[in-house]
Amino acid sequence: MKKSIMIVGVGGQGTLLASRLLGGVAMDAGYDVKVSEVHGMSQRGGSVVTYVKFGDEPVYSPVINEGEADVIISFELLEAARWLSYLKKGGKLLVNGQKMAPMPVITGAAVYPEGIEEKLAAAGADVTVIDALSLAEEAGSSKATNVVLMGLASKFMGFSEESWQKAIDTYVPKKFLDMNKKAFALGQKA
Amino acid sequence: MKQLMLGNEAVARGLYEAGVAIVSSYPGTPSTEITEYAAKYPEIYAEWAPNEKVAVEVAIGAAIGGRRSFSAMKHVGMNVAADPLFTASYTGVNAGLVIAVADDPSMHSSQNEQDSRHYAIASKLPMVEPADSKECLEYVKLAYLLSEQYDTPVLFRTSTRIAHSQSLVELSDREELPLKPYEKNPAKYVMMPAYAKPKHNVVEKRMEALAAYAETTPLNQIFWGDKKIGIIAAGTTYQYAREVMGDKASYLKLGMINPLPVKLIADFAKEVETLYVIEELDDIIETHCRKHGISVIGKELFPWIGEFSQRLISEKLLGKTPEYVDFPETIPARPPVMCAGCPHRGLFYALKKLGLTVFGDIGCYTLGASAPLSAMDTTVCMGASISGLHGFNLARKEESEGKSVAVIGDSTFVHSGVTGLMNIAYNGTNSTVIVLDNSITGMTGHQQNPTTGYTLKGDPTAKISIEKLCEAVGIRRVRVVDPYELKNTIEAVKEEVAVSEPSVVISRRPCALLKYVKHKAPLKVDPEKCKGCKSCLAIGCPAISFENKKAVIDHTQCVGCGICSELCAFSAITE
Repeated sequence: MKKSIMIVGVGGQGTLLASRLLGGVAMDAGYDVKVSEVHGMSQRGGSVVTYVKFGDEPVYSPVINEGEADVIISFELLEAARWLSYLKKGGKLLVNGQKMAPMPVITGAAVYPEGIEEKLAAAGADVTVIDALSLAEEAGSSKATNVVLMGLASKFMGFSEESWQKAIDTYVPKKFLDMNKKAFALGQKA
Repeated sequence: MKQLMLGNEAVARGLYEAGVAIVSSYPGTPSTEITEYAAKYPEIYAEWAPNEKVAVEVAIGAAIGGRRSFSAMKHVGMNVAADPLFTASYTGVNAGLVIAVADDPSMHSSQNEQDSRHYAIASKLPMVEPADSKECLEYVKLAYLLSEQYDTPVLFRTSTRIAHSQSLVELSDREELPLKPYEKNPAKYVMMPAYAKPKHNVVEKRMEALAAYAETTPLNQIFWGDKKIGIIAAGTTYQYAREVMGDKASYLKLGMINPLPVKLIADFAKEVETLYVIEELDDIIETHCRKHGISVIGKELFPWIGEFSQRLISEKLLGKTPEYVDFPETIPARPPVMCAGCPHRGLFYALKKLGLTVFGDIGCYTLGASAPLSAMDTTVCMGASISGLHGFNLARKEESEGKSVAVIGDSTFVHSGVTGLMNIAYNGTNSTVIVLDNSITGMTGHQQNPTTGYTLKGDPTAKISIEKLCEAVGIRRVRVVDPYELKNTIEAVKEEVAVSEPSVVISRRPCALLKYVKHKAPLKVDPEKCKGCKSCLAIGCPAISFENKKAVIDHTQCVGCGICSELCAFSAITE
């Protein structure tokens, strides 16, 4: 068994913490794990992607290519469209419905596409869109959007509830622990 | 105990376990976290130096002084450190010295795509290259043994995908090492011609001995599979190849990439039908094979540019293209932008407004080149804004003087900008330099520097006054502005470019992402008052977009900096 999961979004949305949680639970389950992140310039409000791969056989490449992802967790609607080509046939696309206009849209050089959710479904993707931002704000802060989405993703990963809670305890700063646990639970129910 | 670790964190763990005592580096993506993680170990003294040359010199001195030492940098940082590097190859070490260099193929966060393996060849130093976090940890420890056994600095090469990928490592205890004795030995450490000439012989002999070691080192491994295809690879390209080809190929995985083995490669070549060399960037391994009469397929099949992937290897070796579905329409690009509340935004708005020619530099503010601010004409390397502006003004004289500026961040100014400013003051061009002082090294993720008043370990320390430094090198006109105050900023820059002598404007406000920076409440657009004139969109703030012919502010991004409200002629933007 080998699983390839992508976490995509906009720099600053907390995709790194999300990948840390997922990497943590996969390691806890005894799998070989690789997580590949991008730091530096592209993080500044740009399109960002993190790859998480795990399995009961060795994981060699740390990255995921077109047509290889079992699940893509997208923190923003347009980013789901951008990375669609990476989804395996029959793969799952979990999407935060939040829209963030990229600079070419702000300057008027490009248009934010309409009806993305329908077009993703029409392209054959198994899409779930939730309003993770509102759920995060319900939990206490828009900054917990990442953990809401990991709550949603946890339903499709097959890892135990305890291991997710353990990963949250390990990787989330103590000050924000309660809020993030609430955010995770709201994501699970979404 | 197994742990999931970033490649860079694993290098730091390797330093800890190897008993390394002294680390000196300058931040640079993708190498930065090595030094940050090293600083977390109380047993390791770790510092940010003003630049890579200083850092490597500190590490050389510490190694001569008897402590295992280390320095890390990005590929272009090695250009800065090259001077001490080449001669440290002659002096050798006392306690071990390892210098890490992180390449960035595909330029995720860099200005060029150079291949640092050339430095190992040119400086005649051994170089090792790990392929995952486990090897990062193990190879660092082995590198110290090599360094001390062969009396040489050892280069440690990674790339973005190794440095910034996490994989499993196993931890061991630290080896506590005593301070090695230091003996005065000019023939070894004073590299003037009389001593350097015999030392060059030592270097050549050392390379011969290392080449013999390369034939048998555990760093180079063979994995036998089907012998129809043989693959020689190192680092991350080995991982891509192994994932695609599995047992359908045999692999010679090189962990030591300078010097390269000859017999090991020749023996491997004899066993396989077709031999491929798969290497990102330049043809170092391929050239070595050809030089020794081993026929391989390399750059005629694989590109010189960018990162490789399993897809590329699958297409080239198996002729297989993956199946996937594309989104049915064009997707707007999402390039990186200055953050909401970024203090650089106000300054670049001023530069655009004044229509100046802008010599740029390396940092977050390089994003000032992007639309809609589009206020940058050149970016070459660390420090080149100031020296380049001087040259530009020498060439164009009155045509450019008064109409051009250099922009440079606080950390970059200390790194290598101040030397250019000395040149302006000394040789006297009518040039204006703007120091963008956001009180931190921003782009690499918030590192302290000599202008911030704190060390890498977070302790308060002496703080360079940028004003006094500029005055000390001979600039008489130095003034400070707050870039959130647009009118004042525009006026100040206008005045300083107009004067007929060198001048400096310090645009000072801390990075909006710093933890101690208090954010104001997000601003709102009153749709009644908004006339849809788009003035506020001219600053390129990611929090402001345009919907239904009105400006809209995203409350999750806005930090209330107020620059947009200064631009609104209709007072439509308020708290």
